[in-house]
Amino acid sequence: MFRQVKQAFSTPKFLIGFIIFTSVFLLAIIYPLISPFTPLQLVSRQSFTAPGRYVNIQDVVENRDRRYFLLNVEENRVADVLSVEDSLRMIDFLETHLDFPPGVLSVEDEPALIAAWNANYDPNQRIQGMTLAAHNENVRFNERLQVAISEEGVILAYFNEDGELVQDTANMFESRDFVNVNSIVNLVHLPLGTDNFGRDVLTQLLSAVMTSLRLGLIAGAVATTIGLSFGLISGYTGGFVDDAILFITNLFTVIPGFVLLILISNAMDPGARSVNTVAIVIGFTAWPWTCRSVRSQVLSLRNRDHVNLSKLSGHSMPRIILNDILPYVASYVVMALILQISTAILAEAQLSMLGLGPSTTDVATLGLMMNWAQMFSAWQAGAWWAFVPIILAIAAIAFSMNLMNTGLDQVFNPQLREG
Amino acid sequence: MPMSLQELQNKPSVLRGDKVTKIFGYGVNKNTAVNEVNFNFRESEVVSIVGESGSGKTTLAKMVLGLIGVTQGDIYFRDAVRDISSHKKKKEYWKGIQAVFQDPFSSFNMFNRIDTLLLDCINLMGGKKLPKEEKVRLMTDACSFVNLKYEELTNKYPFELSGGQMQRLMIARIFLLKPKILIADEPTSMVDACSRATILDMLLKLRDEVNMTIIFITHDIGLAYYVSDTVYIMEHGQFVESGTAEDVILNPQAEYTKRLISDVPKIHEEWDLSTVAGL
Ligand SMILES: Nc1ncnc2c1ncn2[C@@H]1O[C@H](COP(=O)(O)OP(=O)(O)O)[C@@H](O)[C@H]1O
Ligand SMILES: [Mg+2]
Repeated sequence: MFRQVKQAFSTPKFLIGFIIFTSVFLLAIIYPLISPFTPLQLVSRQSFTAPGRYVNIQDVVENRDRRYFLLNVEENRVADVLSVEDSLRMIDFLETHLDFPPGVLSVEDEPALIAAWNANYDPNQRIQGMTLAAHNENVRFNERLQVAISEEGVILAYFNEDGELVQDTANMFESRDFVNVNSIVNLVHLPLGTDNFGRDVLTQLLSAVMTSLRLGLIAGAVATTIGLSFGLISGYTGGFVDDAILFITNLFTVIPGFVLLILISNAMDPGARSVNTVAIVIGFTAWPWTCRSVRSQVLSLRNRDHVNLSKLSGHSMPRIILNDILPYVASYVVMALILQISTAILAEAQLSMLGLGPSTTDVATLGLMMNWAQMFSAWQAGAWWAFVPIILAIAAIAFSMNLMNTGLDQVFNPQLREG
Repeated sequence: MPMSLQELQNKPSVLRGDKVTKIFGYGVNKNTAVNEVNFNFRESEVVSIVGESGSGKTTLAKMVLGLIGVTQGDIYFRDAVRDISSHKKKKEYWKGIQAVFQDPFSSFNMFNRIDTLLLDCINLMGGKKLPKEEKVRLMTDACSFVNLKYEELTNKYPFELSGGQMQRLMIARIFLLKPKILIADEPTSMVDACSRATILDMLLKLRDEVNMTIIFITHDIGLAYYVSDTVYIMEHGQFVESGTAEDVILNPQAEYTKRLISDVPKIHEEWDLSTVAGL
C-alpha cells in the first residue's frame, strides 16, 4: 500500500494534481479563519464593489485619536447657516421669478429649500423685470451660501461623560483636515470585491469551496457505497441477483442521471433542499457507473485461483468478498471515488445554475455563487470578480482531481502507461 | 511404486463420475468443455489426466472440486451421490478434497500474510481454539515437510517469495489438511526446474503418509508415466483412452495418445527422467 502511494507521487500528473488540490484545500481551510468577515456577512452597502483596498467612510472620522460619530448629516448640513430672512428671500425669489408653486417650500424644510435653490438658481441669468441691484444682491447671497456649504464640512458629535451624544462645535473637518492612514482602525481589504449583496467574494468563495468539497465527499461516498456494494454482490454471486442488479443499473443508464437529478430536485420541497440532501440525491443518481465497473472487475477476479482456494478453505461468501475481492478492487474504487467527487461538485454547480441546488441562506456553495452572479446580472454589470474566480475554482478542483486520477491510473494499470 | 491392476481394483472407490459434462455459454457461444466423461478414482491411487492445453482438464478439476456446477451427469463421493447443496455441506466435502493450482502467483491473496493461509487450514480442521504455541508448531511442521523454514516466512507477504516457494507452501497447506483426495492441476508447470522435482517428491510422499488419492493433471505424458498408477487421456473434453500407466503409454491405442507420446523424445527407450522432472 505504502509502496503504491509512493509510486503514485512519483508520477508528475498525480503530483501536480495533488499540489493544486491541496493548495485549494488548505486555502479554503485557512483563509476563512483569518478573514475578518464571515462568509455571508454583508460587508458593503453597495453591490458589486470592485476589488481593492477600502477605507470605511466612518473610519476616516472615527480613528484612533478621536472617536466621533456622524449625526444625521442630511438634516443638519447648512441648515444653521440660513437665517429666517434668507429663507424667506429664497422662497420669494423661487416662487415669483422661477414659477415655483406656492406652499411647496417652507422655512422649516431647509434642506429641501437649499436643494431647490441649487437646482434652479443660475447666477448668470438675468431675470426680466428685476433691478440690477436686486440681481447683484442675489448673486452675493448665492456666493455666501455656496461658501457656507463647502466650508461647512461634517458635523461631528461625541459621547460625553453621561453617555449622551453631543454635537462637537469646536471641531469641524474641512478639506484641509487629514488623518494618518496608519491610524485608521479598519482598512478593509477586498481582494475580489463584493458580490451583489455586498459580501466579500474571496471569503465566501473559499468557504463555498469547502462546502462544495464536503458535498462532493458526501455524494461520492453515497455513490461509491451503493455502487461498490451492488457491484461486488452482482459480480460475485451472478445468476438472478446479478440480473436484477444489472437491470436496475441499465435502467439508470438509459435515463440520463442529470435528468433524474433535475426531476428529483424539482419534486423536493425547496425548504428541504439542504446541502446534505442535495449531496445524497446526487450520490444516489451517480452510483450505477461505479457499480458497472466494479462488477466487471469482480467478474474476472472471482475466477482467480486465490478465490477458489479461499472457497476450498471453507470461507463464507461475505468473507471471500471482503477479504479476497475487495482488496483487489480497492485501488480502483479510490479512483472511482475521486471521479465521483469531482463529478458531484460539477453536478451541484449545474443544478444550482438551474435554481435547483441547495436552497440555503446559511452557507454558500460554488453553484449557488454562480447562480447569484447570474441572477443579479454580474456579467452585464461588468463585475467579473463575482463569477470568474468561481469558475476558476471549479475548474481547479475538477482539473486537479482528474489529474490525480490519471496519475493513479498509471500506477495501478501500468499497461496504459504509454497509451 | 505403481500398484498392480489387481491391487487397485480391490481398493474402495473414492470418486466416481458418470457422464460428467460441462457446457459454457449458450447458442453460438456454446462450448462443450467437458463431454460425458466417466471415471473412477480409488483410494491411494495416483491418477494422471493428460491432455493438451484447452482440452478441458481444469474445467473437469473444478467440477470435481465443486467450484463450478456440473451441466450434466453425476459425481459420486465414496459411492454416494455427492451432496454440496449448502455451504455447510461444501465445507464438509472440502475437508476431504483439496487442490493445488497451476499458477502459484495467482493462488495467493497478496494482501494476506503467509501465516493467514496456514492458520485458515488449522481452523478448517477444527483447530481454531488451539493455543498459539500449538498452532505455531503445526505450521513449523508443515513448512519443514516442504523444506521451508517457518521462522523465515512468518509475517512475509506472498510476493516476497519465489514461485517455487509459493507452490511448496501450497503443499504445506495440503499437509495440514490431509485430505483424502488431492487434485494437483499442473502444479509444476510454472515453477523453476529446481523446485519441480521436489514438489513431485513431496506429493508422492504425502500419498504414502496419508493414503491420499492424487489426481495429477498435466500436459506432459512423460511426467504422467513417471508418477501415476492410472492415466486418462483427454482430448476436446473427452477421455479417448484410459488404463494403467504402463498399458496406455507403452501400448497406446488412440491416435491422439500416440501423437502425445511421439512429442516426447525417447519414450520407448529407456526413460530419461532428467528431461522430465529435472532429477
Ligand atoms: N469460465 C469459462 N467460461 C467459458 N469457457 C471456459 C471457461 N473456462 C474454460 N472455458 C473453456 O473450456 C475449454 C477448456 O478449458 P480448460 O479446462 O481450462 O482447459 P485445460 O485446463 O485443459 O487447458 C476451453 O476452450 C476454454 O476456453
Ligand atoms: Mg488448465
